[in-house]
Amino acid sequence: MKAIVSVYARDAKGITAYVTGLLAQEDINILDISQTLMQEYFTMIMLVDLADCPLPFDALSRMLQERGREKSLAVHIQRQDIFDAMHRI
Amino acid sequence: MSYLMNTNEILQTIRMIDQQHLDVRTITLGVDLLDCAADSAELCAGRIYDKICRLARDLVPTGEAIEREFGIPIVNKRLSVTPMALVGAACRDEDLVRLALAMDAAAREVGVNYIGGFSALVHKGYSQSDRKLIRSIPRALAETERVCASVNVGSTRSGINMDAVAEMGRIIKETARLTADRDGLGCSKLVVFCNAVEDNPFMAGAFHGVGEAECAVNVGVSGPGVVYEALKECAGMPFDAVAETIKRTAFKVTRMGQLVAREASARLGVPFGIVDLSLAPTPVKGDSVARILEAMGLEVCGTHGTTAALAVLNDAVKKGGVMASSHVGGLSGAFIPVSEDEGMIAAAREGTLTIDKLEAMTCVCSVGLDMIAVPGDTPAETLSAILADEAAIGMINNKTTAVRLIPAPGKTAGDTVEIGGLFGEAPVMEVHKASSAEFVARGGRIPAPLHSLRN
Repeated sequence: MKAIVSVYARDAKGITAYVTGLLAQEDINILDISQTLMQEYFTMIMLVDLADCPLPFDALSRMLQERGREKSLAVHIQRQDIFDAMHRI
Repeated sequence: MSYLMNTNEILQTIRMIDQQHLDVRTITLGVDLLDCAADSAELCAGRIYDKICRLARDLVPTGEAIEREFGIPIVNKRLSVTPMALVGAACRDEDLVRLALAMDAAAREVGVNYIGGFSALVHKGYSQSDRKLIRSIPRALAETERVCASVNVGSTRSGINMDAVAEMGRIIKETARLTADRDGLGCSKLVVFCNAVEDNPFMAGAFHGVGEAECAVNVGVSGPGVVYEALKECAGMPFDAVAETIKRTAFKVTRMGQLVAREASARLGVPFGIVDLSLAPTPVKGDSVARILEAMGLEVCGTHGTTAALAVLNDAVKKGGVMASSHVGGLSGAFIPVSEDEGMIAAAREGTLTIDKLEAMTCVCSVGLDMIAVPGDTPAETLSAILADEAAIGMINNKTTAVRLIPAPGKTAGDTVEIGGLFGEAPVMEVHKASSAEFVARGGRIPAPLHSLRN
């Protein structure tokens, strides 16, 4: 299953390293990554492949949110189908 | 399929959900209950409870799982069932409140917030059971928390049953009286229809028609906030651009609904019924249909031009939505429930939006005079006359119309009725003082219009 991980936070050092580290721990492959600064806010979006991830989606989603919160990051994961459905005919 | 990540599209979707209140308004599971018939209400009620609990057990957890995985709020999980006047037709008991209690208990057990289908279809005439059910409505709504009732009093094919219209005026008053301690809350769960549809997922008028399958998943999308934000980009542009923008937005919103409907259908092992393309507002700021109309250039919703603006909106929503879903149904149009729409509430308070203008607006949109509080001393005959007007609009224009009026006990024009939650708060609106009593007292049937003879 493919999913979109989005990260919002006030810009700081090491955000990308921290989040991609969490993903690597769960055997998640990053297929595409994009990051930008909007005003002083850091925004990162990743397309990831969950094929080898041992965690069920729910648990993964909770883990990312909780571990994100520890560093004041808003981390969300959503199945890619939603974006596909909305923007592709 | 290879997927190219488009950051702008992803951010747009996230913004729609986070900031513009985009959500799936409801996943409604339709359940056929005809096989629950029994000759005592007690036995019938037991069967109703068992069947609903068995078939709808997974609805709420499935809806919540979809919410979490796709990151889309699904505000309501609900049930619609076969019109109870049919299910209870064999019961020898004099009143059918027992069946409403079973619906309520089952709804609580499976965790849905509303269950629709305490309904009767009397557009041409009453059966014995229809009479019993309609008389049971006030108590059923007062004694249950989650049950919604509806009565179809007219159709393009059969005309308007004016005896039923007269009776429903009295039933609405009685429902208000029995729930007077809650500002007549019971009336917010009672809809009077003309041309009711069998697959409507929205409350309070949902029921599972007899032409439907054993079970079906129907989804209602929403998204006035998204349309409003899109229209802000169209300031000063001609209507062609306005309609085009609404279409594009409605397409995206509906695609999301279709995805959720398909997913829910697959996970529950229940056939997908329809996606309802209605733009349903909520009392939350930024989730208002009235504000969309104002964004088209009207100072306040309800002023001259409002009907035309609503016509543009309603048609464009359908055009955009219809291509996004494999099966469109239900009510599909913009809703204008006064108490559930922050902009409508403001416009009504300000005096620009009146009940007469709302009636005109219902000619071009779904559904009708919805969630309108009127003075508590409004005579039943006046309520019936309002029902008749609205049914006539539906009958002649071959569309669904509905009325949900709250004659709030002890309140007068200008007061506010607090209904709470998704139902919001309703400013009590003025109705005409001149009597319609003799008109309503005639009874009988208003004949079907000429365009019912199509064969």
